[in-house]
Amino acid sequence: MSDLLKVSSSPHVRAKDDTSRIMLYVILALMPTTVFGIFNFGYRALLLVLVCIFTCVISEWLFEKAVGKKSTIGDLSAAVTGLLLALNLPFTLPVWQAVLGSIFAIVVVKMLFGGLGQNFMNPALGGRAFLVISFAATMTHFEYDGVAGATPLALLKSGEAVNTLDMLIGRTGGTIGETSAICILIGAIILILLGVIDLIIPGVYIVSFAIFVCVFGGHGFDTSYLVAHLCGGGLMLGAFFMATDYVTSPITPAGKVIFGICLGVLTGIFRIFGNSAEGVSFAIIFSNLLVPLIEKVTVPRAFGVVRERKPKEVKADE
Amino acid sequence: MGLRTFKGGVHPYDGKAISKEKPIKELKPQGEMVYPLSQHIGAPATAIVAVGDTVLRGQKIADAGGFVSAPIFASVSGTVKAIEPRRVATGDMVNSIIIESDGKFIETGFEACDDYTELSDDQIISKIQNAGIVGMGGAGFPTHVKLSPNKPENIEFIIANCAECEPYLTSDYRSMVEEPEKLITGMKIILQLFPKAKGLLGIEDNKSDVIASLSKLCEHEPRIEVVPLMTKYPQGGERQLIKACTGREINSKMLPADAGCIVDNVATINAVYTAVVEGKPVMDRIFTVTGDSVMEPRNFRICIGTSCKEILEAAGGYIHEPKKIISGGPMMGFALLDVDVPTTKTSGALLCLSEDEVSKYETTACINCGRCVDACPENLIPSRLSKFADHGDKETFEKWYGLECIECGSCSFACPARKPLAQSIKTMKKMVLADKRKK
Repeated sequence: MSDLLKVSSSPHVRAKDDTSRIMLYVILALMPTTVFGIFNFGYRALLLVLVCIFTCVISEWLFEKAVGKKSTIGDLSAAVTGLLLALNLPFTLPVWQAVLGSIFAIVVVKMLFGGLGQNFMNPALGGRAFLVISFAATMTHFEYDGVAGATPLALLKSGEAVNTLDMLIGRTGGTIGETSAICILIGAIILILLGVIDLIIPGVYIVSFAIFVCVFGGHGFDTSYLVAHLCGGGLMLGAFFMATDYVTSPITPAGKVIFGICLGVLTGIFRIFGNSAEGVSFAIIFSNLLVPLIEKVTVPRAFGVVRERKPKEVKADE
Repeated sequence: MGLRTFKGGVHPYDGKAISKEKPIKELKPQGEMVYPLSQHIGAPATAIVAVGDTVLRGQKIADAGGFVSAPIFASVSGTVKAIEPRRVATGDMVNSIIIESDGKFIETGFEACDDYTELSDDQIISKIQNAGIVGMGGAGFPTHVKLSPNKPENIEFIIANCAECEPYLTSDYRSMVEEPEKLITGMKIILQLFPKAKGLLGIEDNKSDVIASLSKLCEHEPRIEVVPLMTKYPQGGERQLIKACTGREINSKMLPADAGCIVDNVATINAVYTAVVEGKPVMDRIFTVTGDSVMEPRNFRICIGTSCKEILEAAGGYIHEPKKIISGGPMMGFALLDVDVPTTKTSGALLCLSEDEVSKYETTACINCGRCVDACPENLIPSRLSKFADHGDKETFEKWYGLECIECGSCSFACPARKPLAQSIKTMKKMVLADKRKK
């Protein structure tokens, strides 16, 4: 009987959440904005979502097959990348470009660096950056209700008025998944309730961005201007779903705060002083690059360890 | 009422319902008893009996091997059969005294004490030392050493660790339900050593009945206070308990006494009572046999030295074959190779599980999710520490406070990639500490 017993180091029990379940939660939380995007923009949005997810999963599988590694598509992280990438594309984008972007995201940004957990840049945003640079025309062509036009953020930049209610609901031009602030917030609440993310990164990001806009936006504390900036472009989607990407954000609590401030400031600079109206993806990508440095300087003090060698005082009176 | 606690920790399935309502039952062992000579921290005890000697229950069979050590007593009457290495729960072979019980349990005389308040401090300490009391919660640190700090006048709190935060264990709970007066009196005896100190009973709020009954018993004890704590693992970790009860923090280089505290487990304080008032050495302890594989999960008062196998048989054996048997709780206990190992002063439970969930899971890549960071009661970054450990990077491991790890296992529990974080950190810690000793 004794030789049947299993022996291993403690602990002998585990929590129920594993990686694929967490990824499933993320997909679930992205559903409100995905479904809204499909209703908003029509079947082509659905097509792009399916194409991106399919391409991402297949590229990961093929890559792992090619290099003789065990398939990891079961952890669903490739599916999350595909979905996030699709939500960051205008629904009018040619399918072949979406396919290229997905392959770039998975193969170059993720797998070449060692796969899940090793990439230093958010794969979906890496894929998007690749597409923005390669296919600028189609990536910045936005249509709404069959009419091509500027996004609210572009209007805002050129000093025109925008309808903030439409922006909250999402009845505007933009990428598939970024337009509805309300749907994204519902997803964010799901993530927080399921314990997938906490509010530190998105909270600090949004607050520091808002402060930046108030100080440098040239409108002072103008509520509708501020709301338009917060709901416009990829800020909400970026703050709750991409800046919070575990792999590419700091693991240290203080690091999360610094990371959020970097994001807010960079987004502010890009949006207000930059050429483009958008700035979220590049702000996140740049901040991703800073993560190893941020972590290095924010190693938390261990429990009970006193900073500045205080124990010496205790010794003095012994 | 805000419940006191610490930062971090996890909430594993607690499994206490299985054995919580089972009253303590006396278990009289048959046959062979094994007494490992090293069942405490410090020098092993030295045998003072020889093969063929007849011994009585309560007779000293091994002397302390130094100041930081403890004597060992026979818990049955019988004949010394052998003195040889035997396998213990941790898997090590330890030199042990083997006694064949005669089944009569004839005791040596014990000198009871009618009024402990008349004893001097030295008398109390020597009674504790001569009774072989060690930390019975698992650590096994000799209690008389703990109760003789460098500066006794600086001790402000005596904390009774009544948290019992390990899942499944119910031995401390049963003892607080059935014999709370031992705990209270034991605490009063220790408080007598430290006139300025206050006694705190730190109890998790999943034992609300005990919180209520002990609070009632302490109504007229101005120096003892019940502190309800949040139910969270590892609430009973020494540093976490001190933090929750007093707000003070200590690190791996400090002793609780440096923060004005002394922490003792329920079973240890009960043993202090038994030693000082009844004059009896450590011979028995309360022990939980539980898990979904056990026919009749129970709490026993066992004679220390009884084989786990015999205890299991007394609990009716198995319902179905267990895949994993653990000495202790599921978070910090040792998985056993074989159930035929002796119980010692520090064994509190035997847990038999019909499934070994750990071996079912496959380890995947770390996704940097930070759940280990949230879980760590020591404010460490376990995922990184384990990476440094895997790379053999001792320097960075220490810089990131790897040596502060208390080995509670919360990080491994929480990890969604099912990485054995605690295991690699523990191993690395041992290597770093071994290096330090060499220098």
